Amino acid sequence: MNIYGVRSIYRFEMARWFRTLTQSIVSPIISTSLYFVVFGAAIGARMGEVNGVSYGAFIIPGLVMLSLLSESISNASFGIYFPKFTGTIYEILSAPVSTFEVVAGFVGAAATKSVLLGLLILLTARLFVNYHIAHPLWMLAFLVLTAITFSLLGFIIGIWADGFEKLQIVPLMIITPLTFLGGSFYSIDMLPPVWQKIALINPAVYLISGFRWSFYDVSDVAVGVSLGMIALFMLLCLGIIYWIFKTGYKIRP
Amino acid sequence: MKQLISIRGLSKTYDSGFQALKHLDLDIHRGEIFALLGPNGAGKTTLIGIICGIVNPSSGTVTVDGHDVVLDYRATRTKIGLVPQELCTDSFETVWATVNFSRGLFGKPRDHAFVEKVLRDLSLWDKRHSKILALSGGMKRRVMMAKALSHQPDILFLDEPTAGVDVELRRDMWEMVRELRDRGVTIILTTHYIEEAQEMADRIGIISNGELILVEEKAALMSKLGKKQLTLQLQKPLNNVPEGLESFALELTDNGCSLVYTFDAQNEQTGIGTLLRTLAERGIDFKNLHSSESSLEDIFVNLVRGR
Ligand SMILES: Nc1ncnc2c1ncn2[C@@H]1O[C@H](COP(=O)(O)OP(=O)(O)OP(=O)(O)O)[C@@H](O)[C@H]1O
Ligand SMILES: [Mg+2]
Repeated sequence: MNIYGVRSIYRFEMARWFRTLTQSIVSPIISTSLYFVVFGAAIGARMGEVNGVSYGAFIIPGLVMLSLLSESISNASFGIYFPKFTGTIYEILSAPVSTFEVVAGFVGAAATKSVLLGLLILLTARLFVNYHIAHPLWMLAFLVLTAITFSLLGFIIGIWADGFEKLQIVPLMIITPLTFLGGSFYSIDMLPPVWQKIALINPAVYLISGFRWSFYDVSDVAVGVSLGMIALFMLLCLGIIYWIFKTGYKIRP
Repeated sequence: MKQLISIRGLSKTYDSGFQALKHLDLDIHRGEIFALLGPNGAGKTTLIGIICGIVNPSSGTVTVDGHDVVLDYRATRTKIGLVPQELCTDSFETVWATVNFSRGLFGKPRDHAFVEKVLRDLSLWDKRHSKILALSGGMKRRVMMAKALSHQPDILFLDEPTAGVDVELRRDMWEMVRELRDRGVTIILTTHYIEEAQEMADRIGIISNGELILVEEKAALMSKLGKKQLTLQLQKPLNNVPEGLESFALELTDNGCSLVYTFDAQNEQTGIGTLLRTLAERGIDFKNLHSSESSLEDIFVNLVRGR
């Protein structure tokens, strides 16, 4: 195991983040604050409780998930796409590091950043709404697992993308709609029955539901199912990454 | 063991269907400077890429110090440093950070004293806190060299180290490469400049169209350089070399209009006098004559064109 190699990649990625710290954390915080102002305070005041939770508090887990997913994907995809784009990836390919070590470095850094950001958003939310966390450890577990899983997905996107448009299209066209429709702002059982069924094929539903359960003990689907879905998705991503390095797909001709 | 790297039956066909290497065999000896010479697209970078782990081989094997480069990549890659052909660096990093990054990536613990020495040797110490984007092209190339040397490799690959480098820096680079060799580092470099191969290498390999067409000690190659040629432009074309002149290694070219005599310039007796007298006796007239020295360049061009 090349510990120094993993550490080098991890540190390098974190350093890149700290260089642009302001822009990395200020923009997600501002956009989340805006959501709270609009949905939490302005609209939320006129809404009743959802599943016994005030609307402002109800949307917090969904909003954190929304940022967590998009940040994980964009961080990890950019992290691996950029060396591919500039050609510096030659060094990683020629280094004595295994697939697992490369992934651990890049995905570890991307996941760290999004977990820190998620926590920061939770703190920001506190300025607007009073909320409590019923199962803090589970909350952290969901946060970390989701960050890792979607950083893995981002890593795959970064390798697949051969242009900046492709890098942006997946978060924009797929992840944002899925989280919006996945119950960030409403409970699934507020939907008509047919749509409740359809919603269940949306992976974001399981993430948000499980995460919300760790806050308020209420969920759209059973917690075990949520965890199972995250695990399944993580295994799928790991499988794809293993295949990528095995075949050299788009990185090693 | 004399061989450090041994390449057997190595072929590479890219996904496009293009075959860049064709069943190549080559041994690199421990401690030598080996120059790989070849025209654009010959497959030099592909060959280096396979040894270093950047390109997947299609068939054949490469071993470095007895370890297979695919199966036992950790052992082989730890020994290798690579300066690629293209200048690619992390523009926003500092020189210091990027060289330390390379060292860690190759599995070595931090060693500031060693990195300092590498940077000093390459005259980069004053620039250690500069961002790479603020460096000149020649400096960037030295940064890439520093990255390659940061983990104390036994083998150094230099893919066209002096492309786009000024004369002075080129001399420095050569000097540096020699010093490394003296410290026991085996060096494989590619170049288009014959002069460079001649200046630097212990052995020279010529590659063209994915095939290795010649591998020779430089000394042996240089003795071929000692050859001179006398070309006689004839008044009347000949069909074949005149009888009685077989002892003179003569060659008819230019549709029989030129007679080429190759001789060793180092010899006391060049035989030119006898040749000219014999030709006169036979009434073979010529309108012009010139002599030339065959250079490595000619050998190279002939070999490559002959394929
Ligand atoms: N990724 C790739 N996909 C398809 N073909 C490739 C790829 N990389 C190189 N080739 C082809 O393989 C051949 C050999 O390329 P290579 O880069 O090894 O040549 P080279 O000897 O290094 O040339 P140069 O002196 O120009 O650097 C070329 O014809 C090139 O077009
Ligand atoms: Mg090349």
